[in-house]
Amino acid sequence: MSLTLRAMAGVIFAFLYLPLGALIAFSVNDSASTVWEGFSWRWYLELWNDPQILNATANSLLIATISTVLSTAIGTLAAYALWKRRSRTLITTVYLSLVTPEVVMGVALLALYQAVFRYLDIQLGMHTVILAHVSFCISYVVLVVLARLRTMDGSLEEAALDLGATEWQAFYRVTLPSLTPAIAAAALLAFSTSFDDYVITSLVAGVDSETLPMLIYAKARRAISPSVNALCAIIVVVIGTLVLLAQRLQKS
Amino acid sequence: MVGFFLLPMVVILTYSLLTRGTYGGLGLPWTLENYQRLADPLYLTIFLRSFLLAGVVTVLCIPLAFPLALFISRSGRRKLLWLNLVMLPFFTSLLVRTYAWMFLLRDTGLVNAILLKLGIITSPLPLLYNDGAVLLGLVYSYLPFMVLPVYATLERVDPALLEAAADLGERPWGAIRRVLLPLTRPGILAGSVLVFIPSLGSYLTPDLLGGGKSILVGNVIQNQFTSARDWPFGASIAICLMLLVFGLLRAWESRTGEGIE
Repeated sequence: MSLTLRAMAGVIFAFLYLPLGALIAFSVNDSASTVWEGFSWRWYLELWNDPQILNATANSLLIATISTVLSTAIGTLAAYALWKRRSRTLITTVYLSLVTPEVVMGVALLALYQAVFRYLDIQLGMHTVILAHVSFCISYVVLVVLARLRTMDGSLEEAALDLGATEWQAFYRVTLPSLTPAIAAAALLAFSTSFDDYVITSLVAGVDSETLPMLIYAKARRAISPSVNALCAIIVVVIGTLVLLAQRLQKS
Repeated sequence: MVGFFLLPMVVILTYSLLTRGTYGGLGLPWTLENYQRLADPLYLTIFLRSFLLAGVVTVLCIPLAFPLALFISRSGRRKLLWLNLVMLPFFTSLLVRTYAWMFLLRDTGLVNAILLKLGIITSPLPLLYNDGAVLLGLVYSYLPFMVLPVYATLERVDPALLEAAADLGERPWGAIRRVLLPLTRPGILAGSVLVFIPSLGSYLTPDLLGGGKSILVGNVIQNQFTSARDWPFGASIAICLMLLVFGLLRAWESRTGEGIE
């Protein structure tokens, strides 16, 4: 491999990682400016003492957890159904929902909720955020689980049926166990996607449902505060770990 | 899937055919007026600008992705490690990555601070809140989408072809340009679709890095649904954007015979 190629790859990797690296480095800077003045955890302490941030974190964790559980369950069953009975229309719908711009998805969900809730007299809030998150997480779950199902041997389940298992038993005792790593990977992916979403969340959120990304967005638009750097650093490390874990699981 | 995706889409299509009510609500009669308003030069310009910006982003991603993909395809055992390193920033929060660029590019940001310190400039450069910053942010965000398909096609190229080119007197870069580059065209095309589509519909990046000055289609839609409170019009723009995205995908599918899968 030529030296030039290595150098070019090095520069491009630097381009990919320097912004995040700088952000993390300056989150432990003992100064509010962009001049390095020594190591300090003070911005992390500030986060810890900020009730607004703690509240938004609690909201985000709650929303991400509930939407992960729901979307993983529904998505896994949907993928299983798609594997058993191929349906081009449904598969296409899954892919289309993945390429639909987030802002379009957001306004469409908002329009739907407003249309339905007007008659039920329900306000936007935590529940609409969760419902929206489930909507866009399902597609990811279906993709990951279906990819695993397609590498599996369908005759195993047929064998179980021949030996007297009911359809449910065949799914639960034969197919599901070998799907577990893929389902776990899908759940991790759903969690990180949900935890991170700003565009759709901000459109369907109510007064009681400020999430962490919404808070970061609001703070980013105002003057810079290094505590946002600290917050972002935590998110990068946590989500990065989750994603690496998900990739591990998918491979095994 | 029907309930979670198709239903909202049907509702938004319905909205786009309604009239705006007195207090920003919805009303009858049914109308096509919202679509006619799109023909206004103002909105045509915004669509055109979005297309142009997404196009430039795509073109810029190609020369960045190609060397990276080539490097990865030739790094033997460590391929998977490098691939994961390319994908990792992509998965870690679009918002955080965009914020990182704000931190670098602000008037009081890191880049200006370093340049001032070195005495290269005397007053901060206006790096943030312009089209250049949006461009940079989009290239940064969607570069992995170009690297992966290019890498996938490079993997399928027979290394003997490069040896043959070398035997016939091509220098390494000539061989790359005249042999490898044409062979990876399908990958570059696939990558272009994958970069172009999210760039076209992007909202967060132009909003934060463009600071409201760099208006793209996504921002107009969001604006119609929030501050402007003209839902039917916003819905008609959303439908147009969707149709454009799906049309592009179909065109690409029919050209290459590949699915979006």
